[in-house]
Amino acid sequence: MTSANSAQAGAGLTLLQQRQRAAFWFLAPMLLALFCVAAWPLLRTVWFSFTDTSLNDLYGGKWIGFDNYLSVRTLESGRVIYRGTLVDPAWWNAVWNTVRFSVVSVTIETVLGLIVALVLNAEFKGRGLVRAAILIPWAIPTIVSAKMWAWMLNDQYGIINDILLRVGAIDQKIAWTANTDTAMYAVLMVDVWKTTPFMALLCLAGLQMVPRDIYEAARIDGVHPVKVFFKVTLPLIRPALMVAVIFRMLDALRVFDLIYVLTPNSAATKTMSVISRENLIDFDKFAYGSAQSTLLFVILALFVSLYIWLGRVDLSGEGGK
Amino acid sequence: MTANALLKSVAFYALVAVIVLFSVFPFYYAIVTSFATGTGLFEINYWPKQFSTANYEAVLGGRTFPRNILNSVFIATTTVVFALFLAVTASYALARVRFRGRALLLMTILGVSMFPQIAVLAGLFELIRFLGLFNTPWALILSYTIFTLPFTVWVLTTFMRDLPVEIEEAAIVDGATPWIIITKVFLPLLWPALVTTGLLAFIGAWNEFLFALTFTSSETTRTTPVAIALLSGASQQEIPWGPIMAASVIVTVPLIVLVLVFQRKIVAGLTAGGVKG
Repeated sequence: MTSANSAQAGAGLTLLQQRQRAAFWFLAPMLLALFCVAAWPLLRTVWFSFTDTSLNDLYGGKWIGFDNYLSVRTLESGRVIYRGTLVDPAWWNAVWNTVRFSVVSVTIETVLGLIVALVLNAEFKGRGLVRAAILIPWAIPTIVSAKMWAWMLNDQYGIINDILLRVGAIDQKIAWTANTDTAMYAVLMVDVWKTTPFMALLCLAGLQMVPRDIYEAARIDGVHPVKVFFKVTLPLIRPALMVAVIFRMLDALRVFDLIYVLTPNSAATKTMSVISRENLIDFDKFAYGSAQSTLLFVILALFVSLYIWLGRVDLSGEGGK
Repeated sequence: MTANALLKSVAFYALVAVIVLFSVFPFYYAIVTSFATGTGLFEINYWPKQFSTANYEAVLGGRTFPRNILNSVFIATTTVVFALFLAVTASYALARVRFRGRALLLMTILGVSMFPQIAVLAGLFELIRFLGLFNTPWALILSYTIFTLPFTVWVLTTFMRDLPVEIEEAAIVDGATPWIIITKVFLPLLWPALVTTGLLAFIGAWNEFLFALTFTSSETTRTTPVAIALLSGASQQEIPWGPIMAASVIVTVPLIVLVLVFQRKIVAGLTAGGVKG
């Protein structure tokens, strides 16, 4: 902007209008970028889900309405045939796996995260060291942690089986990731290990905002620490906790890499993201996979809206001001 | 100290020990494994027994892995620079200028950061094919914008909102344009925030898997997570655990060093988005 230009603009516009105009130009590149990588691809995915597009011929798809979701056909014999994702048992299995994984993992992570945060909120020697240690699982790439745990959970040479055998918790080696009964436990174990630090840090930030004199007052009044936790601490950190839970929940509902690497092709752990990608890319059912990813998006959007509405969560960060 | 208090403090330190052990052990065990070869790999050792660099030599001397590391460095760095460049100006507008629809815009940006990546996969695949970027680093730089940009905008906006109004007012009185205010007044103050968000965006891009797996097709264009996930041995049955662990240690050590050095900044950045207010 040259000085002559701004002087001219300044003549007719108030300072506020001038700033708003500048703000528009500052926002435009960011909005354009987000439109290109988020809004437009999302719209295209939804569009593909109503066509019969295939991976090798992206522009040859015809509009087929809701057939990828559900199509009902009545044969001459009078038999009714339902097809589409909404009657696909593999899809509902994936939905169930995703929900089970998300609810269980986020619950465990919240409880453990709170415990770790309470420990870190106490003053003791070596606190910095502990905080550094819990950051390690967070810093390790998901793929690497999946591989590390796959090795530790190996049925023949894995250290987990060895430890459990020595302790006497099991009497024969378990094929953790291959066995359909234990595959989900394996995935949960790794996820809890990997993301509890994140929960702990968010909880800790909430705990540090609780004024210390509250604890002092409770101690002088002789209130039991457990009661203080449930009656004072927990309500005070509830807003921080609610935000942490929704961030984790959204991450868990779209989980892909951990499951893809740790338990490949296991129906016991296949989630919505995994099955969508499988159809999109590997099975050449591009439109069908688009329908599944659209459904995943709708489920997530509904969940977030419901959560924010019911929990009255303030995500904007402007509420307190 | 009474017996009761002693018991309590023993229990407390036991809990601390469990937390540290649980956090550190898997990585420690990966390091132990990465230095073992031959039959040593298939003995369960709790302490390092072998110290062979054969796995590291195999991985780093291989045809593709060094190239994969370079890919990851280039893609993550470019993504961060791109995101920070767009985010600084945008977050100034969001934090400092009042306009109608600002709160809605902020919520939309936050909404984008929560997008399930699989929902845009089909559309992005088409876009990348259309632009002719398939199987190039630019495909990943473009697609990583979907999670780095909203996040950087969000965190920088919260940081900028907290800077004192007086500095800006003084600049306005002196006749500074918004562009001058950003580059000359705010940017010097923003350095700590830029380091934090840049680091977090870098880690996100470095670790990303779904896009990297889908938008690359040859061994030399892969990023390190994809290379590690697809690292295979001579036969299908034989998983090369030694080289996999060596590769894992190689890509993880720089991250852990970065995280430990910038500990405080990272914790501040992680919590800046959610817990304020």
